[in-house]
Amino acid sequence: MIDFRSLMQPHRIVMMLIFVGIVVWCAVSLQWDWIPKYAPLALQGIWTTIWLLVVTIVLGFLLAVPLGLAQAVGPWYLAAPAKTFCTIIRGTPLLLQLWLLYYGLGSLFPQFPWIRSSELWPYLRQAWPYAVLALTLSYAGYEGEVMRGAFKGVAKGQLEAAKSFGMPRLTMFRRIWLPQAIRNVLPTLGGETILQLKATPLVATITVVDIYAVSSRVRSDTFIVYEPLILLAVFYVLVAGVIALAFHWLEVKVLGTGSRNGVVG
Amino acid sequence: MAQSAELLSLSPPGWGGNLLRGLSHSLQIAFGAYALGLVIGLFGAYGKLYGGKVTRDLLAIYTTVIRAVPELVLILILYYVGSDIINKISTAMGGGRVEINGVAAGIWVLGIVQGAYATEILRGAIQAVPPGQIEAAKSYGMPALMTMRRVTIPAMMSFAVPGLANLWLIATKDTALLAVVGFNELTLETRQAASSTRAYFTFFLAAGFLYLMVTLCSGGIFARIEKWARRGQPSLKGGSR
Repeated sequence: MIDFRSLMQPHRIVMMLIFVGIVVWCAVSLQWDWIPKYAPLALQGIWTTIWLLVVTIVLGFLLAVPLGLAQAVGPWYLAAPAKTFCTIIRGTPLLLQLWLLYYGLGSLFPQFPWIRSSELWPYLRQAWPYAVLALTLSYAGYEGEVMRGAFKGVAKGQLEAAKSFGMPRLTMFRRIWLPQAIRNVLPTLGGETILQLKATPLVATITVVDIYAVSSRVRSDTFIVYEPLILLAVFYVLVAGVIALAFHWLEVKVLGTGSRNGVVG
Repeated sequence: MAQSAELLSLSPPGWGGNLLRGLSHSLQIAFGAYALGLVIGLFGAYGKLYGGKVTRDLLAIYTTVIRAVPELVLILILYYVGSDIINKISTAMGGGRVEINGVAAGIWVLGIVQGAYATEILRGAIQAVPPGQIEAAKSYGMPALMTMRRVTIPAMMSFAVPGLANLWLIATKDTALLAVVGFNELTLETRQAASSTRAYFTFFLAAGFLYLMVTLCSGGIFARIEKWARRGQPSLKGGSR
């Protein structure tokens, strides 16, 4: 972490002054009068971005665990489909997957009367279920690959010890295998979560109104180009910073309970 | 099936030609952006390792910000900044507004994004080279550029290739984002073909297949490059990522 002393070097002070100068110049000479009008919409957009991120990460991770397990130790008839799924997801752009699901399924569903008359139809006509589906599958594909390595990386002796204690397989998985695997890949998961955050603005292309869509709307309504984009970039940097800090805290917490070195502060 | 084949045929009633043209645009942009990214990355890595305090801090800001902001937002910002600058220069020199070439704009935008990632990859790779090798070159009185060409770059290659392979895959997939700003690369061509024929599945699956082929072929090529970069080194057991 950055401490106070390292910031107090002469060249850093000059750079910070320049940075403050740029911020002041932006605040004074750029156009910000559109903010009050669009603030409620922007708050909604921020909320959409955050819940999309959280929901797809949780669902995607739940899918990634069986995908990783199947590839690491599963029989070939489970490993092969899991590997194919991960390769396809990782080998094609997310934008294409999103459009395939939204336009493809979206044009397919109305052809079946029983879908149109079902209770789910009001949801299937909206865009967000497709966004959630595409982002979840994408996260699952990338994380399935990560979890494969993680499950393989757990020391054999640990599992053998659990077996020799007569632990049932499910308990062994829950108490020993999964926690150790997650612990090993926690730093990777942090990076992948930031990548997922950076993937969320793609949903704006299928009419989900997230914060990126709000900024595009401001641009097309008022012809103000840079100001909304600057705020948008600042927003993503802040959220990415929060994610990085959260994972750092989690690592200290999780890894700290395991080690008795006392470096945790 | 027959209908799909007809839609995908290369001659004008089919849209296969459009898809292939989009693919070639995508690959051009990916190649250019990757090359630009490598050049930026090499300078960035040297700056981060051997540069002065200010250079190091500025490069740290560059790599952190670029890697924290979504590519889509960066593409928009860099696209507007780039076209504004070019138009300002053009009007100052007495010309009118300039129509920006899509491929060049895509290369400029994605190249700057790739440069940030390449900087980090190459910096890590250079740091992994045993310092004694570079010191030995210096003690022989080798000039800095020659040290770079003869010692540092060959020695770091085996450490850098896996990361650079990943970066190339990111470059090919990121070209799809340029569809949002209206460049005629593969994804946008696909969408246009799909929405004018209403055959969404056919075209999106075909495009997915093309992207997948590019990915798989690149994987094979990079495996050979890695083997070449590792020549003479003890073999490493374990997965490659």
